[in-house]
Amino acid sequence: MLLNKIFYTSLFFSVTCCSAVAQDTTDIMRLLENEVADRTDYTTATFKTTRLVNGHTVENVGKGALDVKISHRFGKVNGGGYELFGLDNASMRMGFEYGITNTLMAGVGRSTFQKTYDAFFKLKVLRQSKGNRNMPVTLSYVPTIALKTLKFEDETRKNYFTSRLFFTHQLIIGRKFSEGTSLQLMPTYTHRNLVQLASDPNDLLAIGIGGRQKISKRVSLNFEYYYQLPDYKMLNTTNSLSVGFDIETGGHVFQLHFTNSQAMSERGFVTETTGEWSKGDIFFGFNISRVFTIGKKH
Amino acid sequence: MKYLIFVFAVLLSAKTTLAQKLYTKNGSISIFSSTKMEDIKADNNQVLCVLNTQTGELQFSLLNKGFHFEKALMEEHFNENYIESNKFPKSTFKGTVADISKVNFASDGTYPITVKGDLTMHGVTKITTASGNIIVKDGKATAASKFTAKLADYNISIPGAVKNNISESIEITVNCNLDQKM
Repeated sequence: MLLNKIFYTSLFFSVTCCSAVAQDTTDIMRLLENEVADRTDYTTATFKTTRLVNGHTVENVGKGALDVKISHRFGKVNGGGYELFGLDNASMRMGFEYGITNTLMAGVGRSTFQKTYDAFFKLKVLRQSKGNRNMPVTLSYVPTIALKTLKFEDETRKNYFTSRLFFTHQLIIGRKFSEGTSLQLMPTYTHRNLVQLASDPNDLLAIGIGGRQKISKRVSLNFEYYYQLPDYKMLNTTNSLSVGFDIETGGHVFQLHFTNSQAMSERGFVTETTGEWSKGDIFFGFNISRVFTIGKKH
Repeated sequence: MKYLIFVFAVLLSAKTTLAQKLYTKNGSISIFSSTKMEDIKADNNQVLCVLNTQTGELQFSLLNKGFHFEKALMEEHFNENYIESNKFPKSTFKGTVADISKVNFASDGTYPITVKGDLTMHGVTKITTASGNIIVKDGKATAASKFTAKLADYNISIPGAVKNNISESIEITVNCNLDQKM
């Protein structure tokens, strides 16, 4: 009786063991793949570079990478043949932007337009991801300071250094909807220490919307629009509207665009744009971005 | 009756020692491109590998996004432009070790093997043959191999601007320590 019991038990074990063995290599692989699928998959390359046209995208440069940006805005296209449709004049910005970590970068720049220096940080607060950690959007915070070094309009009165300063705080909420389509919203607050007219507000608010559609693997069509809130804008300024292309060629990204803004730092193009597309106040321009790897990635 | 029990006991032990599946979740596969202009290398240390020590069935699977490059931009271009990780998240290999019977998993040593099977990358499947070794040490087996794959075979095209920087054929180095048993 006891022997019988042992027999059946061992038979049972033998059978279960065999069924476990019968599990084939593909099944095991499927099991492992399912386990791995739970890992968090962060969305990358929402945009090709850290700028859309004039303004920032949600992208950062990688840790240890230096992005040298050279940007030009030519004169107004409606300048006619005498000005070669604006090509006779150009303002230029040179910028150096460095990735301190993969989520924090810093940049400085100098623009010939109104002899402006600018400096900024960009911090990725949230990263779009799926899998273990699901996050629908990427959120970045970009504080920028600008220093206008043009001579004061009235040198006879007492001028303060702080009158040259402009502060911009921007949130960027971006989402890569598909391989080719990305959109972002950019609520933007600008503070000016000195304004021209007593009626001009010191604090300005705007909301931007921008996006890209890839045309091929290496070329995308971009647009960017900043709407200024009527009560928080300066008189006689217009909303900045820009369209352009990104062309990526290995280490470089070339951006060619048309915009009604001449300035290349936030307080300039968001709050001081005066050009009107309908009147032909369109500036042709380009940005060239070249990334050098300086520090270690890990 | 006693005899029968003995037979089952033997069967049981035979099954567990012979028909083993060895696997790992942290295998490593590296890709390497060498040109006069520059060397490009990337490592993936989260490779899944399963080996049936009896039949010689061998499978690899990895997530393309798991390849890490020295430069952030290289990694981005690899995922965006070449391997297209969003469209083709996985690369896999399904094949058989031809001379698995020559490998004695119980005794230390380096056993040369030949593997043949389907390599799937960038949505293209090609029959591939590679030679390598199964190295048994302290009862643990490691699968190692080095072979090359032509980018053109897998519909991966390199634009003219970087033609001098990326080699047409990529060296693939496999090193998977099969430390788990099932």
